Amino acid sequence: MPEIRNYTLNFGPQHPAAHGVLRLVLEMDGEVIERADPHIGLLHRATEKLAETRTYNQALPYMDRLDYVSMMCNEHAYVLAVEKLLGVEVPIRAQYIRVMFDEITRILNHLMWIGAHGLDIGAMTIFLYAFREREDLMDCYEAVSGARMHAAYYRPGGVYRDLPDSMPKYEVSKWHNAKEVERMNRNRQGSLLDFIEDFTERFPACVDEYETLLTDNRIWKQRTVDIGVVSPERALQLGFTGPMLRGSGIAWDLRKKQPYEVYDRLDFDIPVGTNGDTYDRYLVRVEEMRQSNRIIKQCVEWLRKNPGPVMLDNHKITPPRRDDVKGDMESLIHHFKLFTEGYCIPEGEAYAAVEHPKGEFGIYMISDGANKPYRLKIRAPGFVHLSALDEMSRGHMLADVVAIIGTQDIVFGEVDR
Amino acid sequence: MTDSVQKLVELITDRFEGIGGICKEALGEATLEIPRERLLECCRALRDEADFAFEQLIDLCAVDYSTFGEGGWDGERFAVVYHLLSIQHNRRLRLRVFLDDERPMVDSVVDIWASANWFEREAFDLFGILFEGHPDLRRILTDYGFIGHPFRKDFPLTGNVEMRYDETKGRVVYQPVSIEPRINIPRVIRHDHRFAGSVVEKGENSDA
Repeated sequence: MPEIRNYTLNFGPQHPAAHGVLRLVLEMDGEVIERADPHIGLLHRATEKLAETRTYNQALPYMDRLDYVSMMCNEHAYVLAVEKLLGVEVPIRAQYIRVMFDEITRILNHLMWIGAHGLDIGAMTIFLYAFREREDLMDCYEAVSGARMHAAYYRPGGVYRDLPDSMPKYEVSKWHNAKEVERMNRNRQGSLLDFIEDFTERFPACVDEYETLLTDNRIWKQRTVDIGVVSPERALQLGFTGPMLRGSGIAWDLRKKQPYEVYDRLDFDIPVGTNGDTYDRYLVRVEEMRQSNRIIKQCVEWLRKNPGPVMLDNHKITPPRRDDVKGDMESLIHHFKLFTEGYCIPEGEAYAAVEHPKGEFGIYMISDGANKPYRLKIRAPGFVHLSALDEMSRGHMLADVVAIIGTQDIVFGEVDR
Repeated sequence: MTDSVQKLVELITDRFEGIGGICKEALGEATLEIPRERLLECCRALRDEADFAFEQLIDLCAVDYSTFGEGGWDGERFAVVYHLLSIQHNRRLRLRVFLDDERPMVDSVVDIWASANWFEREAFDLFGILFEGHPDLRRILTDYGFIGHPFRKDFPLTGNVEMRYDETKGRVVYQPVSIEPRINIPRVIRHDHRFAGSVVEKGENSDA
C-alpha cells in the first residue's frame, strides 16, 4: 500500500519569517513544495481609494505607510507624479536633497533586509549589526523631518525644509552617564551634513563586516546558492524590477536608464548577478549599499557648496513662510486656500516611477481637474515579486520558502496597499 | 526622451491604425487606445515585433470613469490600463481598453505577460472586471467572502459592513457600518490653473 505523503500546510499569517501578514497555503509532497498559494490583503487599507478623497498634499503621508521601510522613496514617486501633472520643476538643491535621502533610504531598506533575511535563515549576529547602522540613518530622518519613519518630507514643489544646522543630541539619563553621552554625541557636534559625512566614512567598513559574516560563510552559501533561480527571460516575464531583475543578470536601473532628479550628474555603478539565485541577489544588494554610499558622499559635497531654495516660491502649490502669514494679506490668503482647498491639477494622466530599493515603484495618477486625484494606482514592486513566489519555490524544500520570501524583500505595507 | 516618444507614437499609429488603435502623446508619455476585441492581437504584436519589444508588463489597473469631471463623462464606464516597458528600447507605453458597464469583460493577457496574473485578479477584486481566459480569477486583496467591488465609484468609502468580536457568539461577526461618511474638504474642479503663470513650464499642458 503506498504511503500517503501529501500535506497542505498553512504558513502564517502570524509567522516571524513571513515578513508581516503573509498567509501561505503550501501543497507539499513530503517536504517538497508542489504549489505555493500566497493569500494577501490582510493589511489592505485601500490607500488608493482613500487618496481619491484627500487633496494632493493630504494624500502624501499615506505614501510613507506603504513600504514602511523605505518611506521617502515612496513619497518620491508620488511627488514626481504630481509635479509631472503640474508641469513644475523643483529647485536643484531640493533635487540633491531628495537624491541623498533616496540613497539613505536605500541603505535603510537594505539593512533591514539583510538583518531580517539573515535572521530567517539562521544568521543571528547580522541582525544586530544592521540595526546598529540603521539607528544612525533613522536619526537623519528625525533631524530633517521630526519623524523617525513616517517623514512626509518630500512635498510637491521641493522638500519640506532645508537641512538642519545641528543634530539632536543624547542627554545624560539613568541609562547613560556623562562620559558615555559624550562619546555618543561625538559625531553629532556639527550639522546634519557633517553627521551624514561621518556616516559615509564609517559605513564601508560596516559593509565589510557584514560580508565577513556572510559572503564566504558556508552555512549562508548552503542556504542561498541555487535557491530560487530565475532566468533573465522569466524575470522579464514575471515583471521583476530592481535587485530581483539585476540578480538575474539584466543591468536595468531607472537611475541610469531613465534618470530623474540629478542622478545623471552622479557617478555610480550598477551591480548585476549572473546566476539569478538568492546568493546573487544578496551580493547585488550588498554592492548597492556601497554604491548608495558613494552617491550620498557626492550629494553631501555638492550640498555643502551650493546653498539655495529647497521649495518652489509659488505659493499656489507650496505653503508661504509662517512669519509672512502673520503680516502679509496675500500670504494669509495663500495659506488659507492651500490648506482648506489645496490646488487643482489640470486634467490629464501621468505615470512616474522611481528606482525604489525593492524595484520599480510607480504612481499612476489620473486627474480630472479637481483638487483630489481622480484615480491613483500604486505600482508596488513587492506585489509583483510575491506573485512569482509560486514559481520560484516550486520543487524546493519547505525551509527554502523562507529564504525565497527573504530574498524577495517584501513588505506588506506595499503588497497589500 | 520626447523625440523617441514622438517616434514611438508614429510607429504605433502606422502599425495599429488599421485595427482601430489611436495613439497620442501627452506629458512625454505615449498612450494607445485599442478596441477590446483586438487587445490580444495588439499585445502580442507589441511584445514580439522588433520595433516595439515590450518585454515587460509593469502595471495593469482598472479605472472607473463614471464620475469623471463631476459627471461630464459620456464614454464607456470602465477602462483597463496597461503600462508596458521595453528594456531593449528603453521606452514605455500606456495601453488602454474601454469597457462598458453591462459586460466589463476583456481577454486576459496572462499568456503574454505572466506578471498580469495578480494584477488581473486585483482588477477583478476591486472593480469587478472579468478577464476571459485567466487561469485563477479569485479575489486577492479583500476579505474571504467579501461582497462588492470596493474601488468602484459607487462603493462608499466607509464600506457596507464592519466587523467586531461578539462575546456571546464567541467569534467575530459582521454588521452594517456605524461610521457616518464625512467630507472634510469638498472636491472642486477649477479650470483657471492659477499656478500655471508663475512656474517654469515643462512640457505642454493638455488644456492650458
